[in-house]
Amino acid sequence: MDIEKVDQIIDKHNGEPSNLLQIMLDIQSENNWLSKQALARVSEKLSVPLTRIQHIATFYKAFSLVPKGRHKVHICVGTACHVRGATRILDTVEDATGIKPGETDLDLKFSLETVNCLGCCALGPVMEVDGKVHGKMSPVKTAQALKTYE
Amino acid sequence: MGDIQFEIDGQTVTADSGMTVLEAAQKEGIYIPTLCHHEKLEPFGGCRLCIVEVEDRGWTKYVVSCVFPAAKDIIVRTRSEKVDRLRKTIIELLMAHAPDAPDLMKLAKEYNADPNRYERDASFCIHCGLCVRYCAEVAGKNALGFVDRGINKEISFVPEIAAQVCNDCKECFPLCPTSYLQAAFVYTQALSFPDAVKTGQSAGK
Repeated sequence: MDIEKVDQIIDKHNGEPSNLLQIMLDIQSENNWLSKQALARVSEKLSVPLTRIQHIATFYKAFSLVPKGRHKVHICVGTACHVRGATRILDTVEDATGIKPGETDLDLKFSLETVNCLGCCALGPVMEVDGKVHGKMSPVKTAQALKTYE
Repeated sequence: MGDIQFEIDGQTVTADSGMTVLEAAQKEGIYIPTLCHHEKLEPFGGCRLCIVEVEDRGWTKYVVSCVFPAAKDIIVRTRSEKVDRLRKTIIELLMAHAPDAPDLMKLAKEYNADPNRYERDASFCIHCGLCVRYCAEVAGKNALGFVDRGINKEISFVPEIAAQVCNDCKECFPLCPTSYLQAAFVYTQALSFPDAVKTGQSAGK
């Protein structure tokens, strides 16, 4: 992510230190992660110490300090999905992408996470990709669904 | 001055508005054990050791005196059976993190605390925040801060800033009750600016 883009986001929030969290969220959603350069720039422009930004960036799970893939895959492993075979879905995704939960593949295509409940237990087992819910998954359907993402 | 009058351990004390119970006690020379308190820094309430019993209009409650504002006609007891028991548990919990800290060992003896009561999880840091707050509030350098949260919370130097300023400052070093800070600094130094160790100078650009 280039510095100009960071500057644009900061300007959009009038360079107010009290908008720090919102600025960080915007950079996160624009870039999928918070690079050191971007955070250093935010610190400089808002005159907020880097230590505080670091504290916030590590505090909230919404932020990532390592690059994330273009598509965020969430596999529900809550009780209902677990009972309906979420582990087999997770295994399929792990095989298809070559990554484990919490990891990102080398081409930055997928990031895989497990989540505890997506709130639609009747659709279990559930896989969510970029906010889109794929319900009643089977290993075959999962592999096919993943193929549609570029 | 001294517009608030109240009682600590049977002694009548006065405090200005905005003062905490701990400050009022220290002004009168009444001892309350603390680990995260520092007169130059804002109250933090991190170590919980300064817990005292406060009786306010007949109700008794237990508060941390370093963040509890002094109020009119309250009755503070710095030692009681329950206060001692609470402090003993706090010391035991802190010692699960830093079993060899001299300050804690002294307190453990006084309060008869068992250092091995809780399973050891020796992170050596008790999160008193003295170093982090001193660096931000007094030194104004912000070379280190807290990262992560909950059980994973720890102190962390920003290597770029630490390389520039820490070797000439180190004012936070004597504040640390457990010596973990010094270890964290040596670790950062070895990883990020090892040249400063060889020449004994800060690795300035």
